Amino acid sequence: MPVPSDCKYAKSHEWMKLLPDGTVLIGITDYAQNSLGDITYVQLPKVGAVLATGEGFGVVESVKAASDLYAPISGTVVEINEALNTAPETVNREPQVGGWMLKLKPANVVELDGLLSAADYEKLIGE
Amino acid sequence: MPALRRTPLFGFNRQHGARFVDFGGWEMPVQYKSILEEHRAVRQRAGLFDVSHMGEVEVTGPEAARFLDRLVTNDVAQLFPGRVLYSTMCQPDGGVVDDLIIYCRGVDDFLVCVNASNADKDVAWIAEHAAGFDCRVRNLSDDFALLALQGPASVAILQPLTAADLGALKYYHCMHGTVAGAECLIARTGYTGENGYELFCRPADAETLALALLAAGQPHGLELAGLGARDSLRLEAGYPLYGHEISDAITPLQAGLGWVVKLDKKSDFIGRDALRAQQAAGLPSRIVFFKTGDRRIVRAGTPVVDASGAVAGEVRSGTLSPMLNEAIGSMLVNTGAGELSVDVRGTAIKLTTVKPPFVTLPAKT
Repeated sequence: MPVPSDCKYAKSHEWMKLLPDGTVLIGITDYAQNSLGDITYVQLPKVGAVLATGEGFGVVESVKAASDLYAPISGTVVEINEALNTAPETVNREPQVGGWMLKLKPANVVELDGLLSAADYEKLIGE
Repeated sequence: MPALRRTPLFGFNRQHGARFVDFGGWEMPVQYKSILEEHRAVRQRAGLFDVSHMGEVEVTGPEAARFLDRLVTNDVAQLFPGRVLYSTMCQPDGGVVDDLIIYCRGVDDFLVCVNASNADKDVAWIAEHAAGFDCRVRNLSDDFALLALQGPASVAILQPLTAADLGALKYYHCMHGTVAGAECLIARTGYTGENGYELFCRPADAETLALALLAAGQPHGLELAGLGARDSLRLEAGYPLYGHEISDAITPLQAGLGWVVKLDKKSDFIGRDALRAQQAAGLPSRIVFFKTGDRRIVRAGTPVVDASGAVAGEVRSGTLSPMLNEAIGSMLVNTGAGELSVDVRGTAIKLTTVKPPFVTLPAKT
């Protein structure tokens, strides 16, 4: 699956998409879901939670193991993807579409500039 | 670290998209596409597993049956050619050396199938205890590949590939037959709770056989299935896995396997006195299966606490049931512990005890 070019990426395999209203969608990449295998549970923060850059914001669990999720930028959670409670496998099927995890109002949108472009991320996972 | 061992189907598995893991020193397919989908395919249609890593020990000779009856807890005297028996093999203290399946190929000819991770230990144990019996013990693990075809469509997939009359082959029986040109020991056994077959064949024939089964199975919706699905299927069925529900420190009585411990059989057997004593004294702890009503997997090693918060046991196996969509597992828990719960990442989760199987399994006759 090609890495979507309209997103930014973290080395910890999260993607971020800046929406027209200034909020940022966050999820995990296809590479990450593929390494995890069948995802069985996604634990997300509450709406209103304030996240610092690099802070753990949840857990994604597969048959194999549970892995922490990290906020690549700081901000306030304005929405979470409730559909993942009952259908966590959506993260496997469409990690950068229906498998989004949370919507963040960034504290400082320029933080995005410090993250990887699609091309850089592709290089990272190709290594 | 020594190189991982590979089954005769390693190339076949790799070509079919397997992801490999180290399992007891073997490089084994854990999944091909998806553990959850492979699991559901076995429950609803069929799955094909490469389980060639399993160990095979041949015991032959005039006193082979008498020796095996002394070695294992179940009653070998009831075996006859074509009959198959599940048993545990215990230490003198009642702890389990391994669980195994004995295939009676002839009155003096038995094939014992053991866990891959225990194979070397088992072969040494069996050979040591055979001293004084007029029988021969041979490790034939490298002489067999083993394919497990499991699921409701198994018979419809297998019958067109063999002249053997599968309708006449009852559960826990075996027969020799040719399948897709490969000579096999065909057994009505398995580790999934479904109807199905296990096919022992020569390593050189394994790939031809696997390809034939795959081709015959695809119209029936057969999927290749790895060790991931094998583990969740056996747990849903309530079958023990060595190192989890049974071990050198967990007796078969504690594991709920009293039905394979024939304390009153004619032959004495290793561990009988200790197991009798444990039976008489009462079990200090036992294996109990549970479900949670929650999707968070409760992993092996998690402490189990009682209503007062005191540790009363430990989770031994845990996964998400792909059929129930909730966490299921087993625990070794003190007798009479009452209400139990576990902590999963800061959340207290109540355990509901379940008498397995967790799902309705087909009648096996």
